[in-house]
Formats: sequence, C-alpha cells, structure tokens
Amino acid sequence: MNGVSVDTDLARTWVQAIAAAVDKNKDHLTQLDSAIGDADHGTNMHRGFSAAATAVADYEPDTVGAVLVKTGTTLISTVGGASGPLYGGAFRAIGKALDIPTADSPQFAAALAAGLASVQKLGAAAPGDKTMIDAYAPALAAFQQQADAGAGLAAAALAAADAAEEGMRATTPMQARKGRASYLGARSVGHQDPGATSTALVFRALAETVGDHAETPGAR
Amino acid sequence: MKKLINAPEAVLAQALSGIAAAHPGLKVDAENKVIARASGTKPGKVALVSGGGSGHEPLHGGFVGGGMLDAACPGEVFTSPVPGQMLAAAQAVDGGAGVLFIVKNYTGDVLNFQMAAELAVDEGITVETVLVDDDVAVQDSTYTAGRRGTGATVFVEKIAGALAEQGGSLTEVAEMGKRVNAASRSFAVALTACTTPASGKPGFDLPEDEMEVGVGIHGEPGRRREKLRPAKDIVATALDAILADQPLRAGDETIVMVNGLGGTPLIELYVVFNEVAVALADKGVVIARNLVGNYVTSLDMAGVSVTVCKADADMLSLWDAPVNTPALRWGI
Repeated sequence: MNGVSVDTDLARTWVQAIAAAVDKNKDHLTQLDSAIGDADHGTNMHRGFSAAATAVADYEPDTVGAVLVKTGTTLISTVGGASGPLYGGAFRAIGKALDIPTADSPQFAAALAAGLASVQKLGAAAPGDKTMIDAYAPALAAFQQQADAGAGLAAAALAAADAAEEGMRATTPMQARKGRASYLGARSVGHQDPGATSTALVFRALAETVGDHAETPGAR
Repeated sequence: MKKLINAPEAVLAQALSGIAAAHPGLKVDAENKVIARASGTKPGKVALVSGGGSGHEPLHGGFVGGGMLDAACPGEVFTSPVPGQMLAAAQAVDGGAGVLFIVKNYTGDVLNFQMAAELAVDEGITVETVLVDDDVAVQDSTYTAGRRGTGATVFVEKIAGALAEQGGSLTEVAEMGKRVNAASRSFAVALTACTTPASGKPGFDLPEDEMEVGVGIHGEPGRRREKLRPAKDIVATALDAILADQPLRAGDETIVMVNGLGGTPLIELYVVFNEVAVALADKGVVIARNLVGNYVTSLDMAGVSVTVCKADADMLSLWDAPVNTPALRWGI
C-alpha cells in the first residue's frame, strides 16, 4: 500500500488529469453556476487548467512542489473571478509545502492542509457556507485520517475523493453565505455549489492519478 | 443565442480591437488587456484604475479619459480581470502620485485587486482602493459577502476622477471616492435574463408576466420574483429600498442615475426617470444632476437600475467638472 509517492511526474499527471476532467465537465459546471452565479465557472476553470497543463508539460523541476506552484501561478493569471485566486492560492500553498523531490501520504496530507488554509484565509468562508470548502474540508479530513492510520497515497486519495463528492452533494440544501450565490439569499437553496463540484473533480483526478501509478507493476 | 459575434472565445479580444479603432483618445494594450488614455498620465496626477468583468459596457473602458479613469482592465465576460492585468494597468498609468483602484464589491474583483495591490506595492507603486458597495437589494451582514457594487461606480469614477484632475492627493482622491460610495444607493429590477456568449443560454427562465427584483449586474437571479407591475410601482419599490437605507429630507440635493441593463429602450428609461422625478419631488428632494441611459449594463438584460447619491456641494462641483470619455462628455 505504501508503494506510491508523489513525484514531479505524478504531480504533472495530476494537473493534466484535472484539466481533462474540467474539459469533460465544463458545461456541467457552467450549468450549475448559471443557477446561482453568473454562468462562467466551467469556462474559467477550463481556461485556467488548460493553461496550467500546458505550463507544466515540459517543466522538469527538482521538487514536486515546484510543479504545483507553477500550476497555482498559472491559475491566478488565467482563471479570473474568485476561482482564480482561490484555486491558484491553494495550489501555490500545496506546492510551497512540498519543497522536496517526492512526497509520501503524511507529507501530502500536510500540503493539502496548507492549501485549505490558503482558501479559508482568502475567501473567509467556513464549512456550511456553500463553497468549495464544503468539498475540500471533508476531503482533507478523510485523507488525513487515512494517512494517520498508515495508509498509502492511493487509499488516502480514494477516501478523499469519495468524501469530496459527498461534501459536494451536501451543498445542495445549504444557503450560500459567501460569494456571488450569497446575493440570492434563500433562493440559493436547492442548487449544488459549482465550486464544491470542481473541487470534487480535483480530488477524483488525484485518486485516479495515484491509483494508476499504484497499479503499474514496478512503479516506484 | 442570437448575437453579433464571431466566436464566443474571441469576443473580448475583438471588442478591444474595436474600442481601439473607434476611440483615438484611447490606447489598448491587447496583450495585457488594458484600456488607457492615449495621452498618458500627467506627471504628479493621481491615476485612477478600475476594472471588472466585461459585459457591462460602457463600464469601465467607456469611462477612460480626461476627468475620469486613467485605465480600465476588462476581464472575460462577467469574470474579474486577473492580477497581472491590473498590475500592468497600474504600471502603465502611475504618474508618480500613486494609483487608486476602484473595485466593485464582488468576491472575484475584490480578491484579484487585492493581489494586484500587493504586486504593485512590490513594484514601488503606492496604491489605495475604494470598494463600491451601493446595492441595497443585498442586506449587509457579517454572514454575507456584503452588498454588491453596481451603479454608484460611475459616480465614484466621475467625482474622484475630477478631484484627481484638479491635483488632489491620493489620500484625498480615495477619501472622496469613499464619500461618494457612502452617499450612494442602488436598486435594480430585471425583466429578462441575459445570455453570456460562452453559455449561449439565458441565465434563468423568466415568464412573460414576471420580473426579478433586486438583481445585480451579472445575470444572476435576484432576491425574489414577482408579477410584472407598472413602472410607477417598480420605482416605488426601488425608492423605498433606497430611502429606507439612506433617508433623504426635503431640500436634499441628489445625483440620480436611471440606468438601462442593456436590453431596455431609452423610452422606457425616461418613463422610469419621470416616476423617480415625481416621487422625489413629492418629498421635496432635489435632483440636482442626472444620467438617463445605459451606463452599467448586463449584456442584453432588459431592466433598469436606479442609483441615488446624496450629493454635497463638493460632489456637485466635481460632477460638473469637464469630462471627456467615450461614454461621458461635457464641459470641454
């Protein structure tokens, strides 16, 4: 179970997997955003992660964190809206916490925690506000729980992806208290949050990327 | 979707080329997406930079020019610009006296301008920010992102811009911008949703006989939905909300803007302005200056916003100062 660690190659593959998932789901994200926001989340995320996938494609740094810092910087300069600083800041924080050639599951858990702290600092949102935090916080908790129990990256990432999706679904009955959806007041109830949905894509992409590496015979 | 475009992803770049071609007084940095005065900033003058999502034209590019903004950074449609754009704008227009960022209170705009301000300070540029949050349709509370910034942006840009032109310091210009914002309230009603080029569909379904009350400027649904009523009743709703928040007494002087959201003909805006004028006259409130037209739009949304600024003598004098931009021009 402990055979996989995150290296620069895996980090790059993760970013590319997110880009592919966002590409596939961009209409869905925009549709969710048109119900309680301004119908641009899919377009913005697609623009940003496509640029990030391109930016890291030929990037061969010494640390796994550098790939993610570059991803974050690219997101900030291409996404726009609130998602640019929030996702960009999160990836930069995750990357800065991984100033090492490879990361195991406790190290990666600590980095993901730094990412969530960045989102919370910038967006000042808490769990229950109907934002990306409602997917991120349970995902991190699940990841940490697995890591603390000695599980490897594949198991931790899988648990995180499942928890993120559960958190995403749980945003539907919530009333938004942050971001543009908050302007709708009670009318935001009954719609799944687009930011929590894209966050669930990010964690599912991580689980699939790590899972693929774990299944490869002889990999790492 | 029925729009005069070539491709959804090319709208912003091609519109910027059009702005450059149409207005010799402006120069457009296509790479950084910055619209600035062709003449540059006079040395020692405080520079005003604003920006936000595109789709609100003439805001903000239409207000770049003498007496108003020095530069505008338009983001993608309804999407905040990115920090690099604002930094490029600040660097392009800083005349040595500092840069004032005028930011509408939307989470994306606030976060990106905040990051841009940090970057600008690193580059040795002094930055102050005025946050515009005039929309009374959104209740202010510690649990929300606060009120939206909408129509009052035009008042802040005009009045602070005039003070900058007259030699005001960065602190003075920022203070004036904050005073104008504090004195201004807005309320909007939509009769139709708008369609962004990227999504291709209206943001929400609105039956023929209904309206969205308390909308912002991004095609998002409003606070509530009601049966469509006569203009007189809609104005009463808007003014009740505005005056409940900013009481006005007989003899108070105001600047009033009746603003179309992009899909409403001018004749309807004049019907609305007439109702506003009658209602305020009943209370003895003076409309000292006014704007009627499309100034802060929401693409093709039909509807109207009403903005009232309780103006003091300084504000009125600065309002009257010369302005020479694509969308506002007088006194030159």
